[in-house]
Amino acid sequence: MERKYISQDSLKTWLSKLNDEGKHIYAPVAKGDKTDFKHIKSVGEISMEHIQTTQSAKAIAFPRTEKLFSYTKNKGDVSLQDYDSSVIPETVVFGLHPCDAAGFRPLSNIFNWGTPDTPFNERMKRTTLIALSCSQCDEACFCTSVNGSPGNTEGSDILLTKIKDGYLVEVVTDKGKELVSKYENLFDAAPEVNKEEFLANVPQKFGLEELQQRISNMFESEVWKQQSARCLGCGACAFVCPTCACFDIQEDNKGSKGSRLRCWDSCGFSLFTVHTSGHNPREVQSQRWRQRLLHKFSYMPERLSVRGCTGCGRCSRACPVDMNIAEHLSSISKLENVEK
Amino acid sequence: MAELNSKVKELFEKDLIDIFIGYEEGTRNPRPYFAYSAQDADNLVFNDKCQGNLAVYLTRKDLVGGKRVGISASYFALKSISQLFDENQLKEDLLIVLGMKEDGSILEFKGLDEIRTYLSEAKAPSKQKDDELLKELSEMSQAERWQFWSDELSKCFKCYACRAACPMCYCTKCIIEVNRPQWIQPWISTQGNMEWQINRVMHMAGRCSDCGSCGAACPIGIPIHLLTHMMTKTVAANFGESNEQGNVLSTFKPDDKENFIL
Repeated sequence: MERKYISQDSLKTWLSKLNDEGKHIYAPVAKGDKTDFKHIKSVGEISMEHIQTTQSAKAIAFPRTEKLFSYTKNKGDVSLQDYDSSVIPETVVFGLHPCDAAGFRPLSNIFNWGTPDTPFNERMKRTTLIALSCSQCDEACFCTSVNGSPGNTEGSDILLTKIKDGYLVEVVTDKGKELVSKYENLFDAAPEVNKEEFLANVPQKFGLEELQQRISNMFESEVWKQQSARCLGCGACAFVCPTCACFDIQEDNKGSKGSRLRCWDSCGFSLFTVHTSGHNPREVQSQRWRQRLLHKFSYMPERLSVRGCTGCGRCSRACPVDMNIAEHLSSISKLENVEK
Repeated sequence: MAELNSKVKELFEKDLIDIFIGYEEGTRNPRPYFAYSAQDADNLVFNDKCQGNLAVYLTRKDLVGGKRVGISASYFALKSISQLFDENQLKEDLLIVLGMKEDGSILEFKGLDEIRTYLSEAKAPSKQKDDELLKELSEMSQAERWQFWSDELSKCFKCYACRAACPMCYCTKCIIEVNRPQWIQPWISTQGNMEWQINRVMHMAGRCSDCGSCGAACPIGIPIHLLTHMMTKTVAANFGESNEQGNVLSTFKPDDKENFIL
């Protein structure tokens, strides 16, 4: 992996030049006490002070509403207009943290399970991730409990780490190399530094092995009921999550024209599993909460070889009733009398 | 607070309740907590950091169905409880309500009438931050205000935390989920998001306690509680306060004003 250095000013120049090239740059922008990814027009809009954006960066490749195809009916004929990937812009996501960059792998495994998903893959193909290591964390962060770290390069194309007055640049992929080599003169040789010294100290909240040993064998446990008692059944946790990928298919139909839309959905909603007959296999919230955790920590590792959680802590911050996921996982990891 | 703990302990020891709905210490702020025994009562807290409206749990059948319930209720939760009684959602003999005053003292209510009497005299706690934003909004032109709400609601991703946190949203099937016919676009778009919020707010007419839980629950921080707040004020000014006979949308009087109908 190539290591370089970029000064604060050169970083701004670099991003401005990428913007001038016509790349769409998504970066954290602060408004009030919330920070979120926004398509920026100038680098002055970028906020670097936040600990975590409210939402993850997943909407770049998995938009909140995606038009899959459209159709026009003319008497007996139907003409289809297929998904048009040519309108997807070249995109740079700047300033996402390693936990977000790592989230694109579970997403990718979901969207390529069986049939490769064209919209997701086409968007990813045109997206470069310039991530930023974390120099600070809060009580919701737990990346170090799920094999992540505040300076983890996995998933990023480029990882920046703030060192004194500039940034250490780790060029991870060919895509990243392309963005750097074009503006080589903005970068200097990397200084001899120990990156670890500039990273946040994210305490480990639970042992992953202890958790994995228990969670796959406790479908019938009473724990789900206890933990989910206060859960209100909204979709806030799923929608801010970098790896949650559930969606609904809807028809936007007007007269003889229409399109088919893919839109965000959540397994926490009571209607998520309702059958046409009216039967609901997940009738109560405890079953939905169990699904959320088992999907992330049992089904995905077993079927997709990747965990559905990167420890970003967003769900805990977003929850109106403080369903703190790290706290719940931690208590599961300490359970006794679970068949391992 | 010790008063609350000992009172709840007593309720359990005298076998008057099966579950008590209150708050416990949470990550940053206190969070909802359900006590099932005198021992659990030690975990209860109540202070000015307690958010949300606990009355939302009173209609959760899987939690309280058939049980004798106790609840610690803020001023706003009391208003919601009174409204839920008006809508025949609660049974008086299954509910013990402890009113929590802002100074931390407890009001023991003997039945619904006492709650109603208290509410008719009590003053709503002030909300300084909301008043400031409301003032800003009221000074905007209509076009500016439209722009403000368009910008805010374009961020909404329809997680329905506003609905989930609201004690008045107890329908088992919400209008947004009705699809034959589909009244509101369920996918995320600025227009559909507005349709959703306008519908949500309309359904609160004359019922909303103005607790602000919808806004507090919004993970994106959209001040949607100001919509219900203005609705509450507008409805009260035009149709009077709702009472146990019903609310503005559930009652009809021959002399109702119809001058707003186009």
